[in-house]
Amino acid sequence: MIGEWLDIGPVDQIAPGNARTLPVRGGEEIAVFHTLDNRFFALVNKCPHKQGPLSQGIVHGNVVTCPLHSWNISLKTGEALGDDKGCVPTIPLKVDAGRIYLLREAVVGKKAA
Amino acid sequence: MNAPMNMKDARSGQPLAERLVVIGNGMAGCRAVEEVLARDPGRYAVTIFGAEPRVNYNRIMLSPVLAGEKAFDDIVINGPEWYSDNAITLVSGDPVVAIDRTARTVTAKSGRVEPYDRLLIATGSDPFIIPVPGHDLSGVVTFRDLDDVDKMLAAAEAGKANGGGNAVVIGGGLLGLEAAHGLALRGMQVTVVHLMPTLMERQLDEAAGYLLKTELERRGQTIVTGGDTAAILERGGHVAGVRLKDGREFPADIVVMAVGIRPATALAKAAGLEVERGIVVDDHMVTSDPAIIAVGECVQHRGTCYGLVAPLWDMCRALADAATGTPSGYEGSVTSTKLKVSGIDLFSAGDFSGDDGAEDIVMRDASRGVYKRVIVKDGKLVGAVLYGDTADGSWYFDLLKKGEDISAIREGLIFGQAFAQGGALADPNAAVAALSDDAEVCGCNGVSKGKVVGCIMGGAHSLDGVRSACKASASCGSCTGLVESLLALTLGGAVESGPRTLCKCTSFTHDDVRRNIVDKQLKAIPQVMQELHWTTPHGCASCRPALNYYLLCAWPGEYQDEQHSRFVNERMHANIQKDGTYSVVPRMWGGLTNPRELRAIADVVEKYNAPMVKVTGGQRLDIFGIRKEDLPAVWADLNDAGMVSGHAYGKSLRTVKTCVGSEWCRFGTQDSTGLGVKLERMTWGSWMPHKFKIAVSGCPRNCAEATIKDFGVVCVDSGYELHVGGNGGIKVRATDLLCKVETEQEAMDVCAAFIQLYREQAHYLERTAPWIERVGLEHVKAGLFSDPAAVATLAARFRYSQQFMQDDPWARRVAGEDAQLHQHLAEVRPMEIVA
Ligand SMILES: Cc1cc2nc3c(=O)[nH]c(=O)nc-3n(C[C@H](O)[C@H](O)[C@H](O)COP(=O)(O)OP(=O)(O)OC[C@H]3O[C@@H](n4cnc5c(N)ncnc54)[C@H](O)[C@@H]3O)c2cc1C
Ligand code: HEM
Ligand code: SF4
Ligand code: FES
Repeated sequence: MIGEWLDIGPVDQIAPGNARTLPVRGGEEIAVFHTLDNRFFALVNKCPHKQGPLSQGIVHGNVVTCPLHSWNISLKTGEALGDDKGCVPTIPLKVDAGRIYLLREAVVGKKAA
Repeated sequence: MNAPMNMKDARSGQPLAERLVVIGNGMAGCRAVEEVLARDPGRYAVTIFGAEPRVNYNRIMLSPVLAGEKAFDDIVINGPEWYSDNAITLVSGDPVVAIDRTARTVTAKSGRVEPYDRLLIATGSDPFIIPVPGHDLSGVVTFRDLDDVDKMLAAAEAGKANGGGNAVVIGGGLLGLEAAHGLALRGMQVTVVHLMPTLMERQLDEAAGYLLKTELERRGQTIVTGGDTAAILERGGHVAGVRLKDGREFPADIVVMAVGIRPATALAKAAGLEVERGIVVDDHMVTSDPAIIAVGECVQHRGTCYGLVAPLWDMCRALADAATGTPSGYEGSVTSTKLKVSGIDLFSAGDFSGDDGAEDIVMRDASRGVYKRVIVKDGKLVGAVLYGDTADGSWYFDLLKKGEDISAIREGLIFGQAFAQGGALADPNAAVAALSDDAEVCGCNGVSKGKVVGCIMGGAHSLDGVRSACKASASCGSCTGLVESLLALTLGGAVESGPRTLCKCTSFTHDDVRRNIVDKQLKAIPQVMQELHWTTPHGCASCRPALNYYLLCAWPGEYQDEQHSRFVNERMHANIQKDGTYSVVPRMWGGLTNPRELRAIADVVEKYNAPMVKVTGGQRLDIFGIRKEDLPAVWADLNDAGMVSGHAYGKSLRTVKTCVGSEWCRFGTQDSTGLGVKLERMTWGSWMPHKFKIAVSGCPRNCAEATIKDFGVVCVDSGYELHVGGNGGIKVRATDLLCKVETEQEAMDVCAAFIQLYREQAHYLERTAPWIERVGLEHVKAGLFSDPAAVATLAARFRYSQQFMQDDPWARRVAGEDAQLHQHLAEVRPMEIVA
């Protein structure tokens, strides 16, 4: 049965302060973040600046610093913070009973541009 | 027994009152009945089934019972007289096993069948048991009811005979920590095994979790975070210990599983009610069957299941309103948490995830062990975490629930109710102006307000000036705000800004932070942030890597490197490129290589389709275009040929460039290649404030370009000239001559000593060139040569630290360390997930 939410596994597979990736066939790779405050977020794994892999950046608060040129991207909205302008799509995510779920239509709907 | 009004009217056969049957004699079930009775005492004839063989008691007080602070009699909520006074039939010790919705009856384990007009399900939750081998051994208990407490007490009693006995608590949440505390007070040696890196991670942030962990450890508990249980060990049919997946074992006479709860929904599910995570109810606590209501931890309301009592009280009110014909409706609850461990004050409420637009206000007082953080968004308080001083917890919680605009008291909010609502005092400058001259400003160094003002008038016109003049705010920094206010008040606008602070999270400079790390023996990032009053909860992308390095440098072999506080290249042990792939540079000692290494590199290039191989300026080969998933396999192949990480990615020793020297060259004066290899063997793997390059030239023609390196050796007939502080790059700087030595050994010792001085004194991300320009060559020379023993002591410290650093990170990754950094979570194909 195909549910509305996609179960991508238990929360403990991402250590706090880290992110892991989820490639999507025919779509954009997704980065799933676990913050030091134990929140989870999912973004398309591409910095709005020059497509840097956000999953590899340093996570602080609800922000990830892109590894390529240090733009700060909000994990919540996907928007670049400070003076930088740009936005990366976010994927609705929920945590339930220790497992992480992504909104299916947002995952498969993100076709490569 | 049953009161007359529970009987049917003999002639009409009509019940005089509706029959309300309650499943679950716990906190929610009994409170719901109380609420109904308070509204309409004659409406229902009540029968309560309870699985536990006793009256209703306050479950949350089981913790103080375990700890020996309360007896069972103290925690009974409804004694036998409550049931008889209200004509309630209590069927205890006899759980309900089935509900027949068509016949409207319930059947208990004893066979007793009870008809109902309305059924209330209040079965609470079941503790979750992780299904590891040995989970069903005798001696493995949960923490849910009085029987569990009795089992723990029996284990503690038995342990007394052999010096206390050992307990392992699996789960470092609220329940687990309260169990651990109780068992420790009962004389047991307690180990808490927690899966996550932070205790109570659902309620606490990293900073507060760290303080809690340190306090529990100080009390003698062993706290294992990041511990994943593999099995429970057995001896003679009884539990003997716990083994973790990493192989560690802890002895145990009793194991308490406190890893979470699941709503008890089996009965409801079997009866065909709508059940998701909990029994689904509407705002009036009615289930999918209008005759059946449910309340407590077993329900799911608007998608949420609760595990605390406060929401139950709200639910019970709404339930009773609806059940007595005056429906009001339950809208969900905001919850707060307190830990019931005596001597530890801890409070958490609301959302502390640091949303966009949300602003953190942090106050730390290291001398009192206090950490407070409130989160404000759109002028409202949305969350609070308090550790060490929870006096204002209920005030914050109240502000949070009411959602009032707090802009007017924002300045003083973090100081608590008394301060924030103190009118004029809410302006910090006014508060400082109102202090008397002998009021103590700096508690660490005992400096009064009068003395600080005196220093300022005497010429200390900056924070740093005050710090050096009278030491105020120079130790823990908690009075920095006060001193800044005094500067502003005394000088008006003429405050000079001091040297740059480490980052925006602190008022301390790099040097201050490093000095304090050593003086105060600070050994973890959250500890530094607490002791030095960081103004953010977890620091930022600037200070985390800097602190990680400073701690690594100060406490070699002791400090546990924090991977997530490192830049991507150092976390992945490779250099990220603009397309997100990585480049891999294996070490070639002194720029020497051989057929075996070259073959291995050629094979890797072909096997992984690397689009480019380049000879670097550091005399080695760089393989480009490797994907993060392939890195461990690439490293395994290179390791097999004897090569280790070249650290081309690190704030660490990069390369030692050499020329061919006296071995081959007709001008060569010394074996520059041989010395280069020795230097690289000595220095590889060391973490530094920034990258560090070495070169050795065999004569002053200087083919290895040693005079633009951080440490350069130029060989001459009579020995070795040692140069420091050179740099290529954007701003070229030629080296300064440090000294001349006669032997290779001396050259090696001075090199080690110079690196250690740089490691201990430079600011993070400061190369040797700017460092020397900042402190002066004379300072460096003095540090190395004014004391004849200095070179030897510094070199010894460097070599000591190298013992722990010269551990090839590639080999560790190949062996499986941090494998998740290289693996995708899963792959999504249009219709499925492939793990
Ligand atoms: C040690 C401990 C400490 C706690 N500390 C706190 C705290 O500090 N603050 C806080 O807010 N919360 C705390 N809690 C949580 C709190 O106790 C629960 O939220 C609350 O008890 C839930 O009430 P309930 O009525 O839903 O479930 P329960 O109180 O568990 O009542 C359910 C009852 O139903 C019975 N039952 C189950 N199935 C059947 C059946 N088929 N037939 C008959 N009877 C059945 C069970 O035996 C149980 O007695 C703590 C819990 C524990 C265990
Ligand atoms: C993110 C930025 C940079 C990256 C990824 C990078 C990468 C590299 C790499 C991979 C090498 C080969 C070195 C080796 O074999 O280990 C190299 C060499 C070199 N880099 Fe950079 N570098 C960067 C920034 C800089 C800067 C800022 C400077 C100047 C201060 C600099 C100066 C040099 C010089 C002079 C060499 C030649 C080294 C030698 O001859 O030994 N680089 N760089
Ligand atoms: S630096 Fe001197 S010894 Fe070394 S290769 Fe050049 S000329 Fe020869
Ligand atoms: S690609 Fe992210 S900052 Fe440039």
